[in-house]
Amino acid sequence: MTRKQRRLTMIGTAGAVLALAAGLIFWALSDSVAFFNSPSDVMAKRLPPEQRIRLGGLVKEGSVVRGEGTTVRFEITDKAVSIPVTYTGILPDLFREGQGVVAEGRMTGEGSFRADHVLAKHDENYMPKEVADSLKAQGHWQGDKGAGAPK
Amino acid sequence: MIVEIGHYALVLAFALALVQSILPVWGARTRDAQLMAVAGPAALAQFLFVALAFGALTWAAVVSDFSVANVFENSHSAKPLQFKISGVWGNHEGSMLLWVLILALFGAMVAAFGRNLPETLKANALGVQAWIASAFLLFILATSNPFQRLSPAPMEGRDLNPILQDWGLAIHPPLLYLGYVGFSISFAFAVAALIDGRIDAAWARWVRPWTLAAWVFLTLGIAMGSYWAYYELGWGGWWFWDPVENASFMPWLSGTALLHSAIVMEKRNALKVWTILLAILTFSLSLLGTFLVRSGVLTSVHAFATDPARGVFILMILTLFIGGSLALFAWRGSTLTQGGIFAPISREGALVFNNLFLTVSCLAVFVGTLYPLVLEAVTGDKISVGAPFFNVVFGIIVVPLLLVVPIGPFLAWKRGDLGAVAERLAVALVVALVVAAITGWISRGVAPVLAALGFGLAAWLVVGALAEFAFRIRLFAEPIGTSLRRARGLPRSAWGMTIAHVGVGLSVVGIVAESAWKTEHILIMKPNDTVEVAGMTVQYQGSAPRKGPNFQEQTGVFAVSRGGVLLTTLRPAKRFYPARQMPTTEAAIGQFDLYASNLYISLGDAQTDGGMAVRIYWKPFVNFIWYGCVVMALGGFVSLSDRRLRVGAPVPARLAGRVPVGAAE
Repeated sequence: MTRKQRRLTMIGTAGAVLALAAGLIFWALSDSVAFFNSPSDVMAKRLPPEQRIRLGGLVKEGSVVRGEGTTVRFEITDKAVSIPVTYTGILPDLFREGQGVVAEGRMTGEGSFRADHVLAKHDENYMPKEVADSLKAQGHWQGDKGAGAPK
Repeated sequence: MIVEIGHYALVLAFALALVQSILPVWGARTRDAQLMAVAGPAALAQFLFVALAFGALTWAAVVSDFSVANVFENSHSAKPLQFKISGVWGNHEGSMLLWVLILALFGAMVAAFGRNLPETLKANALGVQAWIASAFLLFILATSNPFQRLSPAPMEGRDLNPILQDWGLAIHPPLLYLGYVGFSISFAFAVAALIDGRIDAAWARWVRPWTLAAWVFLTLGIAMGSYWAYYELGWGGWWFWDPVENASFMPWLSGTALLHSAIVMEKRNALKVWTILLAILTFSLSLLGTFLVRSGVLTSVHAFATDPARGVFILMILTLFIGGSLALFAWRGSTLTQGGIFAPISREGALVFNNLFLTVSCLAVFVGTLYPLVLEAVTGDKISVGAPFFNVVFGIIVVPLLLVVPIGPFLAWKRGDLGAVAERLAVALVVALVVAAITGWISRGVAPVLAALGFGLAAWLVVGALAEFAFRIRLFAEPIGTSLRRARGLPRSAWGMTIAHVGVGLSVVGIVAESAWKTEHILIMKPNDTVEVAGMTVQYQGSAPRKGPNFQEQTGVFAVSRGGVLLTTLRPAKRFYPARQMPTTEAAIGQFDLYASNLYISLGDAQTDGGMAVRIYWKPFVNFIWYGCVVMALGGFVSLSDRRLRVGAPVPARLAGRVPVGAAE
């Protein structure tokens, strides 16, 4: 092979691998992406049960039923609409009433949400960004508690 | 007073960095030796002043000087001393200062050890290094000053985020930064070579040790971070494909590619343009990681503070350096001459294969990490790309790469012979197939395919790497004494390669075993309840409160026994840190099978009826994941000690003649 042919072989192979990888990436992306929804979105959209979503909002005060076995029940609210959620497992440390939370899972037929992951991250001032944005949009934003500290 | 000295030192360091940015580069253009000679002392002094600033901040944290805003926000007088120190980099300002400290350290090391570098290359490289330093020092001084005072000074600090009060945090960021920031040297050399318009195999020989050192630290830093997440977060996971994890993983992937392509450049004077591009990309990904983590575009445990001004500033630095260097590359890259041709089936070909797959896997991680950000900016839709995406895509791309790892080292430079390679790897192939059959049989009914393929692959990697080493020293082909003498005579870089490739295999063992065979129990236990896990009996014996220096905890006691014999007692806890009103979960990890497997217990909520929610995982061979990383890093260290790579060490003539010209030469 001449130098030019060799270079073409190399570039051709690289191009082929790249194209395959790009195909793989897009196929996998369309399959494993979860859209973020607020409780109002969920109500408005009537999502099919097979679609995985992230449901974010505040844990409604007084809604948490825990300490009765491994399944926990609570409601996620954006102050307009509340969606009942069930979760089997152990909640993260920072899961608290009145605090922001993101649950990942699927809607059941009866208008409740079955979560397989619950995220409440690692700071007492932490509010998942999506939740903060959606509360701002609803006009319920209380301001950054953490940002008040002198910098 | 000490705090003011620290602040002043930081300003001086910035001024020095500016001088170092301009004079040496100008000197290299005008061939002015005096101007070029400014670079070395300036780099050393810059390091000294940044170190002074860092020392001052550490001192303020140790003596709990709460008049410093940064100390007030992240420290507490009751916090143990080691966490007062490690807390210095457990926040945004301090961690940026550490970033710059390490940048200055690398610059100073080039100045100190790069005596036999060509003058212009050294001046340009240190100049480029100082551009980065100037940008980040300005960033710290303008937006993230750690020396800001509070008046009046508060009586007590707000304490450090409790999950960061851990020895893992003490080591993880410095290691990670040594890696991340270490790639700045490869970047600086690449840009310097582009400015110079001259590049040769000697360039690769100078750059490789720095890249290797950075890679070793990055490997350890990522492994450390993964282990920290495993035991501290209490979920039993060791990799979450969290954007911040990905941010450190991308430079690792492209850095690994760079390490391999630099070999081709050094030995065969080929792939020059590509190697330069990789050096630029690797540090660009490090900068991107810094941006993702520090700007607050992502919410994560690592994003300490969100302040739009900071994000915009880092984005500007990012655009300037990545855009500038790529533009320079486009402009000057074509002037670099190509060398050394090779057949597709050859050592070079295998290393190109390695580079191709590493870059593509890096691209996949890149897309998965940034797609949500881009989509939100464009359409406003908020999405998350979950672990399944990465597992599938990354898995599919990385398997062919791993399959080729044992083959590459057997191929000759320029033109290889696959038939001969197959003959030499026959043993490894047989072992891999046997292992696959056995593990598939063992885990029938659980995950036979995953186990068979995974363990087969791991065996192929480990035995393949050892086979290459055995072939080199002609083990069993000659008397054992001769083989041992040959092993001693092999260059350290050959030892390093074998060790690192074995490390890859060991990590695969851990990953596959954990994925295929782990078991998880989530249950409510009352005192004296028992549960069977992996042939062992775990008995919950109740819980009791305990008080630590700056926390209270409720500790559960679990007796683990097999056949009535008590093996160990595990004490997971729920902690509460009053200063931050924050609870944490402290998992208890029992070591089994000679520190290979873990029994992992963490506590959930106390139940109304006196029970306790408990999560118990059996993680077979999980420690191999991290052992493998340590072995990989060890391989890097061994290779780094190769005298041909030792910076500044001239090659003695007699040695150059004596080293056998083996397959890796």
